[in-house]
Amino acid sequence: MTHPTPAASAAQGAAGAAAPSGAARQAPTLRRRLPASTGPFVALVLLCVVLSIMSPSFLSWTNIFNIGQQVAILAVIAIGGTAVIVLGGIDLSVGAVLGLSGAVLGFLFVNTGLDIWAACLVALAVAAAAGAINGIMIEYGRLPAFIATLAMMSVARGLALVVLGGKPLSGYPDSFRNLSVHYVGGWVPMSLIIAVLLFLIAWAYFRWRPSGRALFAMGANYEVARLSGLPVRRLTIGVYTVAGLLAGVGGILMTARLGSAQPTAGTGYELDVIAAVVIGGASLAGGYGSIAGTAVGVMIIGVLRNGLNLLNVSSFWQQVIIGVVIATAVLVENLRQRRAARA
Amino acid sequence: MKRLSVITAAVVAASALALSGCSEGPASTEPTAATGGDDTITIGFSISTLQNPFFVSMEEGIDEAAAASGIEVTLADANDDPLKQANDILNFISSGVDVAVLNPTDGDAIVSSVEALNEAGIPVITVDRRAEGGDVLAHIGTDNVTAGEATAKAFFEAIGGKGKIAILEGVPGASSSIDRGTGFENVLADYPEIEVVATQTANYQRSEGLTVAQNILQATPDLAGFLSMNDEMALGAIEAIRSAGKGGAVKVIGIDGGADAVKAVEAGELVATIAQQSALMGSMGIEQAIKVAKGEKIEKDQPVDVIVIDESNVDEYL
Repeated sequence: MTHPTPAASAAQGAAGAAAPSGAARQAPTLRRRLPASTGPFVALVLLCVVLSIMSPSFLSWTNIFNIGQQVAILAVIAIGGTAVIVLGGIDLSVGAVLGLSGAVLGFLFVNTGLDIWAACLVALAVAAAAGAINGIMIEYGRLPAFIATLAMMSVARGLALVVLGGKPLSGYPDSFRNLSVHYVGGWVPMSLIIAVLLFLIAWAYFRWRPSGRALFAMGANYEVARLSGLPVRRLTIGVYTVAGLLAGVGGILMTARLGSAQPTAGTGYELDVIAAVVIGGASLAGGYGSIAGTAVGVMIIGVLRNGLNLLNVSSFWQQVIIGVVIATAVLVENLRQRRAARA
Repeated sequence: MKRLSVITAAVVAASALALSGCSEGPASTEPTAATGGDDTITIGFSISTLQNPFFVSMEEGIDEAAAASGIEVTLADANDDPLKQANDILNFISSGVDVAVLNPTDGDAIVSSVEALNEAGIPVITVDRRAEGGDVLAHIGTDNVTAGEATAKAFFEAIGGKGKIAILEGVPGASSSIDRGTGFENVLADYPEIEVVATQTANYQRSEGLTVAQNILQATPDLAGFLSMNDEMALGAIEAIRSAGKGGAVKVIGIDGGADAVKAVEAGELVATIAQQSALMGSMGIEQAIKVAKGEKIEKDQPVDVIVIDESNVDEYL
């Protein structure tokens, strides 16, 4: 620990163990030993307390599991979003790739009569391919991530509209719809279980796999990471491929949940993903973020939308409030990081 | 500085995409110069968006009428963007269409385009939404206020004229949301025993309709039903009711008459869907435009009836 390499110090951030840089060595106060996602977590708890005082129906098991089901799709996509943002990149195409994956699934099952699970696999492959193309455009084409994924957003949304001819396509078997609408034990939505499992896998990956920790090093300083021998190209393409694949999973869950493949499904999801990851304490400059923080960020968005509906707040004010919360969360996190760096 | 240049590049790329979008749309269906003699009629149809089933059916009506009469129709999709629509209409003027049929994205924003067409001497017909100014030869369509009124009436009768209801709103500030909402308000005034406990937007989307309906059901367990501004949100609400185990107890109504909604009416999950006959509006638009091009006189106001598709007549629309 005396001379932390960029990879090692960034890996600390990954585990959410302490503030980055060697600051942790001096005066390990309580605040600095807390995980990085503590701030957003406290905000989430406060939000829940306020909402349960204001709305009697907020704090009930059905409502809590409702929120779980409502955020499950966003949560799955936000896993990929965390990896992309830690890498210092951005993925604007995930909402559109979600739509494309659902469209491919719907078209293959309803129009060509392919087996539903085979159709799911093709949909996942298409989504992963879209992600891989993003990665290849960024690494080999030297396109900024913003541009490559902006282009993919347009292409994938266009293809989704082409595949479905602009219209929703319905008629799926119950076995498939259960992916999202089945409640395990009558309470826990299946989609929530899928999201939680994927989160645990992602958490373990960031915590223990060397390549998971390498992502933080690349986000902190790409050149240093490359010169120290990390397979930066392979990792970048891998991360964008996984982000695409997870957007594909989102598309399948969305189709199962609605019982309908929709060409406009997932419009604007990319912005929710970025908001969730950033509320969770990640830095858009890269090198910093945590999967637990993202989970909290996703919950804050879900709880806020649910609570504002329960309170019947007008849609105009909802937009204002959500914007203020995003800005406040990032402001507080920035202050915390700056203070930790100064100490 | 580096960040600034990235943003600049992003903006340039985005506008390049948008521009390529506009030039491609009309070009693919543009009449070829070879066949463009003086006796050939060309019609420009500017449609507000093709990313919505309602307008996709309108396009089908347009195609049908165009194929039946064998005339050239240049169709331009505005992607719900008033600026793109204005540009599309400028293209109509420069390519010299005989008649312009407009389905405005926004009744106010279209006015300057209507005036430009007036100046160029091209007759204008509006479809579905009206233009708030300029010289318009004829308007074809049901307005959304009427559709909203018909929907609210059918719904309040179905729930017995009393109880707690929730309204699922469309895109906040969109003209269709405002007009359908006005229609709801007009009828609500006649039903004092109906209580609106929640008015929430689900942006015309099925997935958001599901989420919002789920939340409202949580807040109001004794809800009588959802009055929805379109079918997509109504279908989302049906999913929410089903997963709450309240099938049959909470009623839902939608507007648009889409295929999925008609199926839901047949299954007894949707009280009714109020169809605005967008395909008929599309085909009438073309037929009337041909009359205008041939110099015939047409009626200034051409209302298209709404159809209430409920269990009594659902078989005809399946």
